[in-house]
Amino acid sequence: MTLGMTTSMTTGLSAAAALASIGLGHFLVLSAVMFTLGLITAATRRSAVAILMGVELILNAAALNFVAFSHYSQGAITGQVFAVFVVVLAAAEATVALAIVLAVFRGFRTVDVTDVSTLKG
Amino acid sequence: MPGVETFVFYGLAALIVAGAAGVAFSRNILHAAFLLLLTLSGTAGLYFFLGADFVGVAQILIYVGGILVLLLFAVLLTNRIGDVRMSNRNVGYATTIPVALLLASFLVSAMALASWPHTTPVAAPTTARLGDAFLREYLLPFELVSLVLLMALVGAMVVARRAVRDRGDADEGALPAAPASSSVGGAP
Repeated sequence: MTLGMTTSMTTGLSAAAALASIGLGHFLVLSAVMFTLGLITAATRRSAVAILMGVELILNAAALNFVAFSHYSQGAITGQVFAVFVVVLAAAEATVALAIVLAVFRGFRTVDVTDVSTLKG
Repeated sequence: MPGVETFVFYGLAALIVAGAAGVAFSRNILHAAFLLLLTLSGTAGLYFFLGADFVGVAQILIYVGGILVLLLFAVLLTNRIGDVRMSNRNVGYATTIPVALLLASFLVSAMALASWPHTTPVAAPTTARLGDAFLREYLLPFELVSLVLLMALVGAMVVARRAVRDRGDADEGALPAAPASSSVGGAP
């Protein structure tokens, strides 16, 4: 039990030291928080545009992870290549999705996704 | 002893989390869009912090300058401005929040407790190496993504075009004398 307490104390001390010096884990935790907030946005919003904002948050969290891994692995550039691809594909996705939102608004006069339920059995 | 990079990181992280929380919980969809600007700019700052200068500039140009403007256009075109205060309603908080908290605690604990290799990274500009990688190792994905962009451009125009054409038909009904070709090409 004493051993366990000392271990927890040392982990607490090293955690306090680790909080001050920025490492890979900081970025991963931050992007996990951003991913979860994006997931909440995409799951709870009723406006299609707001759902799209949640998807953008999720994509941003993933791209941040890629760049952080690329930075903390010596000399590797692959993560940044992937981050650029993520940004470009997010742009394409946003363009097509917003065109679809405009088309839906023309047909239904609303962008509330709970009201657009013509295909629901 | 916390250095200056500690303050920079925590400042940007606070910016990102505050903006993302605003996007997730704001009642006003315009506020959510502008708070998304905060999050995207903070992410661009973290890219500069990580030495990814090209990715940071691309983030600002594409996300902040392009996608966010598109989102604002969509908000202003589809939401009635009169009821913008309640324009961003929510459903299903009762099930989403516990699941999301569970997922967040799992992810954060997994990433905080794992022992990542502690390397000391070098901060150097990476744009030249990035361009080299795009034109050597990743040439095929690079060309494919340009094809995807072209298809998205044409596809978005095809999907969104019908509104204009419907209105054009109505205009032709109003002005039957004007030929279609001159009304397309001649309008300033």
